[in-house]
Amino acid sequence: MSCRLSSALLGLATIALASSATLAVEPPPARQKELTHLLIHDCGSCHGLTMKGGLGSPLTPASIAELADETLIAIILDGIPGKPMPPWRGEISEDEALWLVRILRKGPDHARLPAR
Amino acid sequence: MRAFPLASLAGALVAASLTSLAAELRGTGDLGLVIERASGSLQIVETTGRTSLGRVEGLGDLSHATAVFSRDQRYGYVFGRDGGLSKVDLLERKVAKRIVQAGNSIGGAISQDGRMIAVGNYEPGGVKLFDAADLAPIADIPAIAAPGEKASKIVGLADVPGQGFVFSLYDADEIWLADTTVPAKPRITAFKGIGKQPYDGLVTPDGRFYMAGLFGEDGIALIDLWRPQQGARRILSGYGRGQEPLPVYKMPHLRGWAVAGDLAFLPAIGRHEVLVVEMRGWTERARIPVHGQPVFVIARPDGRQVWVNFAHPKNDVVQVIDTLELAVVHSLAPGKAVMHMEFAPRGEQVWISVRDADRVDVHETKGFARVATLAAEKPSGILFAARANRIGF
Repeated sequence: MSCRLSSALLGLATIALASSATLAVEPPPARQKELTHLLIHDCGSCHGLTMKGGLGSPLTPASIAELADETLIAIILDGIPGKPMPPWRGEISEDEALWLVRILRKGPDHARLPAR
Repeated sequence: MRAFPLASLAGALVAASLTSLAAELRGTGDLGLVIERASGSLQIVETTGRTSLGRVEGLGDLSHATAVFSRDQRYGYVFGRDGGLSKVDLLERKVAKRIVQAGNSIGGAISQDGRMIAVGNYEPGGVKLFDAADLAPIADIPAIAAPGEKASKIVGLADVPGQGFVFSLYDADEIWLADTTVPAKPRITAFKGIGKQPYDGLVTPDGRFYMAGLFGEDGIALIDLWRPQQGARRILSGYGRGQEPLPVYKMPHLRGWAVAGDLAFLPAIGRHEVLVVEMRGWTERARIPVHGQPVFVIARPDGRQVWVNFAHPKNDVVQVIDTLELAVVHSLAPGKAVMHMEFAPRGEQVWISVRDADRVDVHETKGFARVATLAAEKPSGILFAARANRIGF
């Protein structure tokens, strides 16, 4: 699978024009909270609450370091054809996807468990 | 002078009653676990008075977690996402033993004789066997389908009669049957060409058939474990009728599956449907339109009802299918993120975890009234000790 996944990622990577994207609008705080919740719990159901992977690939900073922002945004918005990763377009905007990528790149912070 | 021994006697009595509290004489047949996925904890609950008896902490990453139970139903073996395997004492409400046996795991099973725990792992891929008493390692089964290949992620691991385990190789499109008669030397039978991307599997309640749901194509792989030499066959091929599947925001789970009489109820992948299979000829009997992408499709123990929950973003609803009418007869809306449902052993009540509401609801299954609510932190799996007596659980 890793082989097929890498080739899928490679395909998407070639579409990427630059290594990092710019965030037009920061999501408002309430939306940030929703997105973080979505990331931890819904992305986390395949990628793990701590993003160390599960049926889905790990999304730790080291594991996504070589993927451009655009590649990751494209995967979030359009999914990976033939793989379980679904498209989130319609539920997540392009800016929001980039915001999530930034969170992922920052690492464990995003995965900090909600305050009890 | 006299007061002194009396006081110390009273003190001794208090101390004795405190220490015996945990060891209070009781059975475990009505006990269960509620996984609290975000805090690495679980609650011990009882289904007679419908209360929580306490919390056990320190179980690691439970973002994907499940459990099996010892045959005496005293211990739960909890499998965590981080590769943790914890033996939890339901009576003393504490972790009796805990190991971290892999980097990333999915779930496990207990052997027919209750002596062995098998864990299915993602990283590194494969199955490991442990002694149920002290969790000492017994054997390692790396799921390498061909020389030079990476060990596959394991899904759908279940016990089978005859002291064995069966599981699917997500990356290699194979099903393996492990005979563990000699625990340290498992003998593997590999079934190839079973279909694309098995995502989970189950054993029928009688232990005869193993089914693996396929993500990569419309169909289900089926093995008759009484006649493994016949190999794997495909059933329900092309159930999507060529239509483009809808995105799947959460993978369905097949354990705890639904058999009612001679019908099996299965989640369709990428469709808002429950598929009904005639088990005699393994043909499609019906497809029932439901609220969203089904995740769990679970029969009440008597088989008259099948309860279904759904994937994000339609995960706020639970639907009830009547197995005579083969139609949805009731819908509940417990709240956002219904994760799991578990029936009391004879099915008069069902426990439903509502993750985002930090709540577990208990409903009667006749009349559907909510009869209790328990507070829980981001609850996911609800697992009752009565699972100890079921093949494939």
